[in-house]
Amino acid sequence: MNALRFLPLVSGLVLAPFLLGVVNRVKAKFGGRTGQPLLQAYFDLFKLLRKGAVYSRTTTWVFRAGPVVGLAAVLGALALLPAGRHAPAAVSFTGDLFLLAYFLGLVRFVTVLAALDTGSAFEGMGASREVQFSALAEPALLVALAALARLTGGLGLTQITSALGPASWEVAGPALALVALALCIVFLAENSRIPVDDPNTHLELTMIHEVMILDHSGPDLAFILYGAALKFWILGALIVNVAVSWIGGGAAITIPAFFAGMLLVSVGVGVVESVMARYRLLKVPRMLWVGVALSVLAFTLIGRFTA
Amino acid sequence: MIWLVASFGVFFAGAVLSMLLPRRTLRWFGPLASALGAGLGLVPVVMALGPGGDLSWDRGWSMPLGAFRFGMDPLSAWFAGAILLLTTLAALYASGYLRDAEERKDTGVFWFHYLLLTASMLAVVTARNGILFLLAWESMALTSFFLVIFDHEDGAVRRAGWIYLIATHIGTAFVLFLFALLGRHSGSLDFAGFFAIARHREVASVVFVLAVLGFGTKAGFMPLHVWLPEAHPAAPSPVSAVLSGVMIKTGVYGLLRVLTFLGTPPAWWGWMLVAVGAASGVLGVLFALAQHDLKRLLAFSSVENVGVITLGLGVGLLGVTHRDPIMALLGFSGAALHVLNHAIFKGLLFLGAGAVVHACHVRDLEELGGLQKRMPVTGTTFLIGSAAISGLPPFNGFVSEFLIYVGAFAGIIGSTGTATLSGAVVTVAALALIGGLALACFTKAFGVMFLGEPRSAHAAHAHEVGGAMRLPMVTLAALCLLLGLGGPFLLPLLASVTAPVTGLPASIAATVVRETPALQILWKVTAATGGLVVLALLLGAWRAHLLGGRTIGATGTWDCGYVAPTARMQYTASSFADPIIRMFGAFLGTRSRLSRPDGLFPEGGHFASDTPDVSSERLYAPLFARLEEVMARIRLLQHGLLHLYILMIVLSLLGLLFWKLG
Repeated sequence: MNALRFLPLVSGLVLAPFLLGVVNRVKAKFGGRTGQPLLQAYFDLFKLLRKGAVYSRTTTWVFRAGPVVGLAAVLGALALLPAGRHAPAAVSFTGDLFLLAYFLGLVRFVTVLAALDTGSAFEGMGASREVQFSALAEPALLVALAALARLTGGLGLTQITSALGPASWEVAGPALALVALALCIVFLAENSRIPVDDPNTHLELTMIHEVMILDHSGPDLAFILYGAALKFWILGALIVNVAVSWIGGGAAITIPAFFAGMLLVSVGVGVVESVMARYRLLKVPRMLWVGVALSVLAFTLIGRFTA
Repeated sequence: MIWLVASFGVFFAGAVLSMLLPRRTLRWFGPLASALGAGLGLVPVVMALGPGGDLSWDRGWSMPLGAFRFGMDPLSAWFAGAILLLTTLAALYASGYLRDAEERKDTGVFWFHYLLLTASMLAVVTARNGILFLLAWESMALTSFFLVIFDHEDGAVRRAGWIYLIATHIGTAFVLFLFALLGRHSGSLDFAGFFAIARHREVASVVFVLAVLGFGTKAGFMPLHVWLPEAHPAAPSPVSAVLSGVMIKTGVYGLLRVLTFLGTPPAWWGWMLVAVGAASGVLGVLFALAQHDLKRLLAFSSVENVGVITLGLGVGLLGVTHRDPIMALLGFSGAALHVLNHAIFKGLLFLGAGAVVHACHVRDLEELGGLQKRMPVTGTTFLIGSAAISGLPPFNGFVSEFLIYVGAFAGIIGSTGTATLSGAVVTVAALALIGGLALACFTKAFGVMFLGEPRSAHAAHAHEVGGAMRLPMVTLAALCLLLGLGGPFLLPLLASVTAPVTGLPASIAATVVRETPALQILWKVTAATGGLVVLALLLGAWRAHLLGGRTIGATGTWDCGYVAPTARMQYTASSFADPIIRMFGAFLGTRSRLSRPDGLFPEGGHFASDTPDVSSERLYAPLFARLEEVMARIRLLQHGLLHLYILMIVLSLLGLLFWKLG
């Protein structure tokens, strides 16, 4: 068991950029292209780490602190994350799920401030949308976690994940499916993927995350890209920990199932991005309210019909 | 307790002396008197929070119904500590802040009321008799009223002052009635006798509702909050800090103190507080987000934070009702800790706002910008305050919200009743939404004011404020971090502070703290957030190492190749908040005026929006207009003829005489 303790953390650190490669490869296949190498994200990161940096004269230390604090907070959140029923997180304690939510909040806080520090209209626009959408994603996430806590009696991510199993699906299958769906919506919003935001449109007035980081360069940009990949991993793992918990068996089955689930999430993101367009910005909040409604519904099902 | 009496003595003597001393002397005399009084007052605070336990001091007096009695238990001590800490720091700040006003204003009047306000707040939280409490409560209302209208030459300030005076007295009316009910059932107005009321369940419920209305007006529950967004911006900034930071918390204290008399609460009390807290929290932060005036924004944010405190109280009450000691302890402890935390970061933010107003002479966010470079200390401390109020680790706001969250989740897991379960989940959803919106609100406030380029000449020529104003801000910012990491040391204290309301005797509370994982959890939170700080420092060092020896370019912000960027191209505070304001438009009633640019060579486009307080416009304005119509008839009696007044007095005396004889 102890040998597995650092598995979720280390695998996240190593594999997170790979998932971005998978997403891109799926999109390329749909578009009939060969696509970039699967490891392109790693090449980008190493290239950026070797470069110098350019800073806008408008900016202050807040802009320079943004990527550093942001990456530290994502790393902190990653350490709290288990990988399936048999691989507990490196750090776990009762109540760690709030720390996860607030670490992600801290990432948002510093990214938004770094964007506003440049005084650019584009980045201000992206920052404004980021705070709007994530304000709605927050209740969806926490109520979904509350539903899981009620079902399992656990108050921490590892406690909840290790208590979820085939038996929980027998008792509360529909509710768990709703939780997974709500987490999917949170995942899409927080990672700025289609249909909330399009990660490929540079310099369009429609984007959120990409536009906020326009002025970052060199190692700062590497920190931000790596942080974004880790955030993709973290929120994906939240979904997978619920969604693949119906698989029974020991560590030899559930841990591979977790990684297969992560791969499936990336393929799913690639498919969604290939077959649909971004929503109009006015429509995005509706989707997020649906996320809140789904988690409240899941909570009601579990609170009302499960002992 | 002789220390407490000495502290009152210092405040009174200081108040009288400050009317007599020359203004230049007051620069150091005011803060000194405040610090000396606070130092003396903190002795019993420390004693009561430490092993000393409850202290009391009483003297007979000629008033009927009870004794002249002060007491200091951990609950009083907690609030008194926050009051004395913030008033001392704000006094130091005020001595720098008032220097410019010295030539045209009598600063003696300011210090007179400031020191008396401090003494009355201290008396409110230590009074152990209904009449004494009401006297202190009234003196607190009046002295703070005079501080609010310090700049009374301005008509808007006088108007704000009247709104405050009327609102606070409506609240006092409920409190008066509350003590009358309590006194009727115990035969005395001493707090010690009020416990008798717990036997009469219906009366206890009436008392509870009166407490929510009366103390809620002071604390700023929606929709009783109307005076906050008027009075706090009108007051001088150190006074706003004290009003928002600690004075409104005397309302929370009042509610908690009354709860100690009322025995086991029925479930609907907790539910009511959860509902009130969720409404105040969510609407408060939405209105805050919609404001352009910095100090109005902060005032609405106080409504939000009182909402968070009330959510904690609601969770605590539900825990007491359903005999869930963890839920009760964590709910009340989170609320009590948030009282102190909010005093610290809201005090800090109002002092920062004052520094900005002092340096730029404008409060409108749209005219600020780029101040971080011009006022680095104010900017950095304001940033820390913003992170803390958004509940982000590693600052103090996180710890109190964390406690309330864990309390609510304990209810979610452990409860069997629908009331607790739904109350707890409403708390969780509301806290999450408030957290997300508070982050939007304070990234807007800090980002628009301090980052980017200055939007007006006022902001471009700003300068950092003097040392007397910087020191309190730096101290408060340091406290934000210190309390953010010091959670485990505070929890045992909080267990004894909240013992009278949780109904847990100190020994059981200590066991709960020791044997449930609550304390361990807080240690781990501290370790994790401390680890975060270390990790960020390491990453920063690594980046510095990577960039060492490489080219670091400096250029303009990327603007798609446009060559003549101006500061007016930046995103503004209104545009930043606009998407959220539109989304919640139904609750806010934002008004906007747009004249579109027109013609082949478009010019003269103009856009303005403002979000007035819905409850004051739609609820109170019509209500008071109607009331005035009715009351106008009584004006017949107000004719100004002296002999008729005398006749009326004689007639009423005769009437009383006959009543007494008959």
